[in-house]
Amino acid sequence: MALWGMVIDLDRCTGCQACVMACKAENNVPAVGEKEAKKGRTISWMQVLTETDEEHHEEKMRFIPRPCLQCDDPPCTKVCPVYATYRDPEGIVAQIYGRCIGCRFCMAACPYNAKYFNWYTYQKEQPGQNPDVSLRPNGVVEKCTFCHHRLQKAREQAHAEHREIQPGEYNTACADACPAQAIVFGDLSDPGSEVSKLARSPRAFKLQEELGTKPKVIYLTEGEGGG
Amino acid sequence: MVDHKDAHEDILLAPIAHTGPGFYWTVAGLSVFILWGAIAYLVQFYYGLGVTGLMQPVSWGFYVTNFVFFIGISHAGTLISAILRLSRAEWRRPITRMAEVITAMVLFIGAGQILVDLGRPDRILNVILHGRYQSPLLWDATSISAYLTASLTYLYLPMIPDIAILRDRLGKWKLFYSVLALGWTGTEAQQRVLNRAIAIMCVIVIPVAISVHSVVSFVFSMTLQPMWHSTIFGPYFVVGAIFSGIAALIVAMIIFRKTYGLEPYLKPVHFRYLGQLLLVMSLLWFYFTFAEYLTGYYGAEPEEMKVFWAKFSGPFWPYFWAMVLCNLFIPLACLVRLGRHTVGKVLAASLAIIVGMWLERFIIVIPTLSFPRLPFPHTVYTPTWVEMGEFAGSLALFALFYLLFTKVFPIISIWEIREGREEGVKEVEERIKSYLPDEIKGTA
Repeated sequence: MALWGMVIDLDRCTGCQACVMACKAENNVPAVGEKEAKKGRTISWMQVLTETDEEHHEEKMRFIPRPCLQCDDPPCTKVCPVYATYRDPEGIVAQIYGRCIGCRFCMAACPYNAKYFNWYTYQKEQPGQNPDVSLRPNGVVEKCTFCHHRLQKAREQAHAEHREIQPGEYNTACADACPAQAIVFGDLSDPGSEVSKLARSPRAFKLQEELGTKPKVIYLTEGEGGG
Repeated sequence: MVDHKDAHEDILLAPIAHTGPGFYWTVAGLSVFILWGAIAYLVQFYYGLGVTGLMQPVSWGFYVTNFVFFIGISHAGTLISAILRLSRAEWRRPITRMAEVITAMVLFIGAGQILVDLGRPDRILNVILHGRYQSPLLWDATSISAYLTASLTYLYLPMIPDIAILRDRLGKWKLFYSVLALGWTGTEAQQRVLNRAIAIMCVIVIPVAISVHSVVSFVFSMTLQPMWHSTIFGPYFVVGAIFSGIAALIVAMIIFRKTYGLEPYLKPVHFRYLGQLLLVMSLLWFYFTFAEYLTGYYGAEPEEMKVFWAKFSGPFWPYFWAMVLCNLFIPLACLVRLGRHTVGKVLAASLAIIVGMWLERFIIVIPTLSFPRLPFPHTVYTPTWVEMGEFAGSLALFALFYLLFTKVFPIISIWEIREGREEGVKEVEERIKSYLPDEIKGTA
């Protein structure tokens, strides 16, 4: 069984936010409006965080694109009282919008703040939305799904043609959109896949690895003189 | 003889028999706040949680703070009452009922906070239909419902003989009291069964009460978040709960003592004993707080320190130091010497502690969420009129419940006072004699 994962090369990331916009378009992530954004309620499944370099303060910035890290031991699913969020067998942490009671315990438990809440009804059905991704109602939590709907589509296609999914058939919107090819997506259980090779790079590290959450989004640090 | 007994009971029955204008004015005053809370909740129900000040990353705020606070207050009653009964403290007699009522009433309010906090209250049944026992929220639901059931039983049982008195002596609501009195006539067999039932409930209710605030703390400590993920949280929350609970009990006692003229029953000695208990709890609370913060500080783990400094000298310093002032210094100043002005001093300390313990809950919930591990832009949580209204409404609703209870049932146990007068004195004398070495016969 596949184990979906992602490698993000910080050396290549330019902070252009193409991944953020591609994600919003692909997953019908609502624009909450200026007033709500000022209150700190922006929803951004993929969010580019900026960090100033400790040695060269205010001179060098580091961009960290942060999707849901799809932990193998997710602190968020542990605390959900109603099975509205769970890790599926292929390692994707899912969120059931129709089940969620909006207690926001998962948001409080996630050490990466990858979960977002619908404080109001932020969107209605309108033209231009992706029909493959359901809209979220008021009062529920949402987050990055590794574009799970694309996996379903690819799997149906492969099933109809009586074959397995080929590498590259299932890719996330952010990886597709990255102009610097900083985001590589694929099957971590296949040692030959590009994502697996990159994940074994000496530059590879995980966010807050010491917490034991086992994230499946792996970062590559800037190389010598990079950044 | 009968007349003499009646005179004692008259004071305790007076609030039920007669209702003055003061009652209606109080109800009207409380209703204003309850209305504010109700409007606030309706607005929130219609528009969503967006009408609160909550946001990313402070996704829990006033509601969760109030939840922990109210559930904490509930520890006054049943727990204190059960401990005093089990230890045969004779001075408990006029206090137990008041304490038990607090628990029963405030538990409804506390559990309600979680309902108010939900983004989808319409889906609350999912907790039963799809309940996931690995989640500390389910532990809360279980523990609190067990506590509510036990507390209501424990409140009701010792009330049966009093309800029978109301049935026989009071002209009104005859049917209501007859049903609730369960045919009590005060025979020796009935009394024996009742005493046994009360004793069993005393023993059951203590572990249940302790479990309640332990699992409330587990909601925080089971996560990995800095200054939440602490093994000390269970007992720390229980101590804080009993601490704030006793303070609330004292305030309620002083209010009803004044309004219903219960001075002959609630004497300064009762307040002195409760004040001493409060002082012990204050020191215990400080000990836990000190241990908790010193451990975090000494380890100096960077994520912990971010939250630590935010409380100590950062944006949350006014709340943190107000908490220390209210929970430690004011109680110390008021309670160490209780010789004169006992009631006033104990009242001042109790009011400070109620404020301080609310601040403590606030300072636990908000700062941790305000400082995420990853470099997010800094945000400040400010509650809106909706959250304020809901809090004010909850407090008023609790006061109203309590007030209405005192208009239907005697707030001081009539039969237990009578029992103290008739049997307690003798029993204590015999008990003390049994502690002493037996008299040796035949020596001069």
